[in-house]
Amino acid sequence: MASIVSLKIGQRAIIKDFSVDVVPLKLLEMGCLPGNEVSLVQEAPFKDPLYLIINGSHLAIRKETAAQIEIELIDG
Amino acid sequence: MAKQINVALLGNPNTGKTSVFNRLTGLNQKVGNYPGITVEKKQGICKLDRNIKAFILDLPGTYSLNASSIDENLVIELLLNKNDKDFPDVAIVISEIENLKRNLLLFTQIKDLGIPAILVINMSDRMKRKAISLDVELLESILETKIALISCRKNLGFEELKELISNYNQLSLKPCLDASVIAPEYFDRLRKAFPNQDLYKLWLVITQDVNFGKLDRKVLKGVASFQIESISNLKRLQQKETIIRYQFINNVLGKTLKIDTENAKDLRSRFDRVLTHKFWGYVIFFAILLVIFQSIFDWSSYPMNFIDNSFASLSKWFKTTLPPGDFSNLISEGVIPGLAGIAIFIPQIAFLFLFISILEESGYMSRVVFLMDRIMRKFGLSGKSVVPLIAGTACAIPAIMATRNIENWKERLITILVTPFTTCSARLPVYLIIIALVIPEGRVLGVFSLQGLTLLVLYSIGFGAAILAAYILDKFLDIPSKSFFVIEMPNYKLPMLKNVVINVIEKTKAFVVGAGKIILAISIILWVLASYGPGDFNTAEEIVRQQTISQNLTKDEIETKIASFKLEHSYIGIVGKGIEPAVKPLGYDWKIGIALISSFAAREVFVGTLATIYSVGNDDVETIKNKMAAEINPVSGEPLFNLASGVSLLLFYAFAMQCMSTLAIVKRETNSWKWPLWQLFSMSAFAYVVALIAYQILK
Repeated sequence: MASIVSLKIGQRAIIKDFSVDVVPLKLLEMGCLPGNEVSLVQEAPFKDPLYLIINGSHLAIRKETAAQIEIELIDG
Repeated sequence: MAKQINVALLGNPNTGKTSVFNRLTGLNQKVGNYPGITVEKKQGICKLDRNIKAFILDLPGTYSLNASSIDENLVIELLLNKNDKDFPDVAIVISEIENLKRNLLLFTQIKDLGIPAILVINMSDRMKRKAISLDVELLESILETKIALISCRKNLGFEELKELISNYNQLSLKPCLDASVIAPEYFDRLRKAFPNQDLYKLWLVITQDVNFGKLDRKVLKGVASFQIESISNLKRLQQKETIIRYQFINNVLGKTLKIDTENAKDLRSRFDRVLTHKFWGYVIFFAILLVIFQSIFDWSSYPMNFIDNSFASLSKWFKTTLPPGDFSNLISEGVIPGLAGIAIFIPQIAFLFLFISILEESGYMSRVVFLMDRIMRKFGLSGKSVVPLIAGTACAIPAIMATRNIENWKERLITILVTPFTTCSARLPVYLIIIALVIPEGRVLGVFSLQGLTLLVLYSIGFGAAILAAYILDKFLDIPSKSFFVIEMPNYKLPMLKNVVINVIEKTKAFVVGAGKIILAISIILWVLASYGPGDFNTAEEIVRQQTISQNLTKDEIETKIASFKLEHSYIGIVGKGIEPAVKPLGYDWKIGIALISSFAAREVFVGTLATIYSVGNDDVETIKNKMAAEINPVSGEPLFNLASGVSLLLFYAFAMQCMSTLAIVKRETNSWKWPLWQLFSMSAFAYVVALIAYQILK
């Protein structure tokens, strides 16, 4: 299964699933929930951290967290 | 008598909460673009009409009522405690039109607590440009609340908001949704165990205990008998709660909010493609830093010279106008030179605060956090440590308070410990005067002034020392903590002129007044100690005349000899001579030694101290810089401030922990004397060793 880390800049995807134990609640509150859209705006060197738009919110998270969030790419 | 009500301002970070506060109360305070800027309770008064006076409390920004930082916890503590004297009669939840979906999460939670809540939608003037349309009436009826559309920038909607606040007792107290659906059976048990309590409040109290277990909660008396779920189960339930809240919000906004995506341009992402770029992002960041330091040095040299000269003339004026005597001397030799020592640095400090204020207000600071996170992590810090480290160039005290939004305790502690290494504005006076004395003028590549570059090097040294110390601390501190990092990238905003100007004026004023008081006191003490002395001091004239009787000196030369003899045998001279052996290996004389000691109260006292010492007994009224340049090292006969002693002094001030206020704030933030004492001793010892090595190599 692909995670957010595999996104390329400009690509969009739908958040599938993740474990609550590794993803902080704060991220959920900012809109990182299954079914919501995520896209990659920019990446820092070594893809860490990642600058994302999740559910309309612009935010950055570290690679280790991003790797825990599974996604499904949106075609086109 | 007018009725008084408590109003609490709540909202996500970056929604302009503090601007609303400023508009309502007229009190001024900083608006920041990174979370955690409102670190302390800020209260103001707003007269709603003749009959109602509102006490408005500006609470720290929070994304929800599930606290994950000290600041957020403060908000929940207040909302859960009906007996708190600040407990709000009405809550104003500030949201922003572009982030309404996320902002409403907090709103629904507050409403479910049974607190009357008004929804404020800020930046409503942007709706047209962003192709957003909102059915306000429908939204009001679904959320069962009142909505105020406002714009802080254009000062729109505040009269309506005040009216809504006045009529707060007409607000519906009905919850938005029933949280118990996330675990009906669990909530049933809760209801049975605590029949008289509000269920949602109980739920928050229980989940808060997951994160802040040590807090005492009266509501939960007897809860020990109640079987609490495991922490991971509670977390799962919190996640479930978040999901149902978003379902509710999506449903509501689906009916009321329309965004024409065709016309909505995401300018922020376009800017950020460049500003947070792997290569260009860093180039731009360092270019901005370079411009800042160049201008601090270049632009402010003109007003600085003007102030220096003005104080010299003022001193002269007092000397010629006042009747001669101790009082005239105290004013012209003690107080005025001491105050001049701080006043000439007002331009630089104002420029520094101006730039930092713009970086924060514009939203650029969050991008720097993003760019620096990975690099900072290598040194045991977080990307969020960049904010304190940059803010530390103004003052370590607000910088240390700004560490509160670093989620990880170890990263936060290390940031607190190393922040005082960054070059704060109190070091600037010392740096500037010494650079002006020992570094030649001239330009590198015809653009960068040599003195400006030296200043940049000093700032880099401070930053480097902070990073290095962090690296070492990271290796030695054994604090288990979980890494976790989320940062919002707020919309870019053109800094509001009013906010920036007020910020600069207030910060500069605080600096000048705060330092001014210490300097005034110290300069008076120093003047007294330097103008009186025991034994030989009182017969100075005779002794010097006898010593020089065969040397055939002019009258002026004898006068100078007498003055310096007197100073050396005054009380301060005796103390200074006592400490001279300790500072001599660093290339300083006893006068600098005295200045070093007084600097432990506050660094910026250094220049004023020297100015006072050099003025006593000296009738020539000179600028501070010229006085310092004229000092001769009695041993070598060379100028006292030369490259070797100058560099040694610069390095000493770069590393030493000379600020009592910072020590006090570190004690408060770490809750122990261990860490501030560690800072005081290790930083100062390190400073001594480095200054010693530098002088011995360069002399």
